Amino acid sequence: MDEFLRILTQSLAEIIAPTTAAFAIAAIGLNLHFGYTGLLNMGQAGFMLLGAYGFGIATIAGFPFYLALLVALAAGLLFALILGIPTLQLRGDYLAIVTISAAEIIRWIGRSTWLQEWTGGASGLQGRNYKGTFQDLSPLPDGRTVIGPLEYINTGSDSWWTRIFAWGLVALALLFVWLITRSPWGRVLKGIREDEDAVRALGKNVYSYKLQSLMLGGMLGALGGVVYVLPLTIAPDAMGRTMTFFTWTVLLLGGAATVFGPVLGAMVFFGAYMLMRTGMRALAENTGVGDIITTTNVEQIGGMLVGITLMLLVIFRPQGILGNKKELAFDVR
Amino acid sequence: MSADMSAETSAENAPGNGPGTSPEPESVVDAAAAAAVAPTSAVAAEARDDLAQVEPVVGAPKPDAILVADDVVRRFGGMTAVDVTHLEVQRGAITALIGPNGAGKTTFFNLLTGFDTPQSGTWSFEGRSLHGKSGARVAQQGMVRTFQLTKALSRLTVLQNMLLAAPKNPGERFWLSWLPFTWKAHEKAATDKAMELLARFKLDDKAGDFAGSLSGGQRKLLEMARALMTDPTMIMLDEPMAGVNPALVQSLLGHVQALRDEGMTVLFVEHDMHAVRHISDWVVVMAEGRIVAEGPPRAVMQDQAVVDAYLGAHHDTDLGDDSLLDPEILARLEAEEEKR
Repeated sequence: MDEFLRILTQSLAEIIAPTTAAFAIAAIGLNLHFGYTGLLNMGQAGFMLLGAYGFGIATIAGFPFYLALLVALAAGLLFALILGIPTLQLRGDYLAIVTISAAEIIRWIGRSTWLQEWTGGASGLQGRNYKGTFQDLSPLPDGRTVIGPLEYINTGSDSWWTRIFAWGLVALALLFVWLITRSPWGRVLKGIREDEDAVRALGKNVYSYKLQSLMLGGMLGALGGVVYVLPLTIAPDAMGRTMTFFTWTVLLLGGAATVFGPVLGAMVFFGAYMLMRTGMRALAENTGVGDIITTTNVEQIGGMLVGITLMLLVIFRPQGILGNKKELAFDVR
Repeated sequence: MSADMSAETSAENAPGNGPGTSPEPESVVDAAAAAAVAPTSAVAAEARDDLAQVEPVVGAPKPDAILVADDVVRRFGGMTAVDVTHLEVQRGAITALIGPNGAGKTTFFNLLTGFDTPQSGTWSFEGRSLHGKSGARVAQQGMVRTFQLTKALSRLTVLQNMLLAAPKNPGERFWLSWLPFTWKAHEKAATDKAMELLARFKLDDKAGDFAGSLSGGQRKLLEMARALMTDPTMIMLDEPMAGVNPALVQSLLGHVQALRDEGMTVLFVEHDMHAVRHISDWVVVMAEGRIVAEGPPRAVMQDQAVVDAYLGAHHDTDLGDDSLLDPEILARLEAEEEKR
């Protein structure tokens, strides 16, 4: 029974973890790309990594916290411009190819020795070098706080302050996306998702709208990257293709083109992912299942199950948890 | 160039006296057309009078041309898809662009509307050059188009489809999008206008439905209504009757005529000969990328060069006609065919 409670507590903790919030923010950005505008961005992790680097390097260079945050956003914006200007005039699939390779390029540049002085190479940037300005902002008193089954220090890496800040940003991002997508501007994006030639024929500058969407979603991705590294370190290999696919799973699970979909998707996904891994580990340790699933391959099996989940989702419930079945009933392509 | 010349000469001589022309079939549709075509607006009536003065030769200057194209050439690799020397389109009239499959009609359409770029050539709309303008800019200048394969925005509602087309909406600028008070008034006016247009096209009870749930014909109507939301001066319809059931064709024709009667200029690509004869004031015939004839519908359709080469020698013969079973008539048709 104790074991069972421990597993549940761990899953609950994962649901409100800062990394979950980070993926939620990145998925909100991806939702702007894919859910509203129909852009296939397969490199959201590249935006996140650039945001993290932007924030970390600027802070280490002595920038105050909010200025470093702006640097991260600018990095996302610039990356979107560089990717978007040549590729957004092409058909959608090309953007997918370009973004996935561009994200890999960012990761390989990050881990190369070429820029090691700033990026720290393959081992990345240590958390203690860039977390100071963020933790100094904390209004919370020293000490620890217990809420229900959860206990964390007030201020620090894995702290209540990090959680409050991360979920506060999620709320802001949600408000932002809700405000801009319910407007005529958002309607143009949806029109482009359906058929960009039709929108062009009505006198709208489709290219400009797609670029705006890519920039805004990319900036949200960069912000997600900052939140992701606040309790951790900036390690390029932790922010690769797997991260992009997790973000896609989060978005499709919650429901693309819905406002709350990415957030609900992130909570459900990471809660279930943690439950599955701790559950399998407990089973492996305590029961006969251990002969088949050993504690050492729980991670691998978990990764496989995520892939299977993504496939099942796309096949059987493409609209996700919150999506409107009717809206997807018309196959546009 | 020689093709143009021969077409011109035949256009002057041919009307009505080709060998063995069968009597003009006056179908019910045509009779109805004759009664219905009288334009009601001053612009349309004037356009009609003006066109009566124009000599039916390729590249004929029009008294009040809204669209002028010169030496527009589009090649795909070694194939010349469009090579139009000179074309003027009369303001306030319905001009039909006809020709066999692969004649370059849709390509020419795409070039004029900024959806494709020609290798060379100039063309202007209302005196302003459209060369190098994007499709969006062309639409903003008042020349709006529809597509052969209907582009209804499926996962937007019918009303959203309409509102999307409203021009100059301040809420479509990102910086104002999150401040509803800056665009609410515009949105309200656009909604009223959209509902009015939807009522005219009998789609008002569908306003809240997803456009993807409409039938093919209703999508054509929606596309036309949506184009009208942009307040165009000229509307370009690419095969508006394609894939629409006959009952709806009549109503579509009525709508196209109504556009002209409101003073709009219409240029449309069409395969349906009855439709062309029914509503157009002027017909332009394309073949192999060139314009081979132009003139009033009846004259052009009796132009022997056009009839033979592009519509098939017996385009007016009903293949389901029992008289075709009569050996005598068959023999006569065969003899005609021999003579060519």
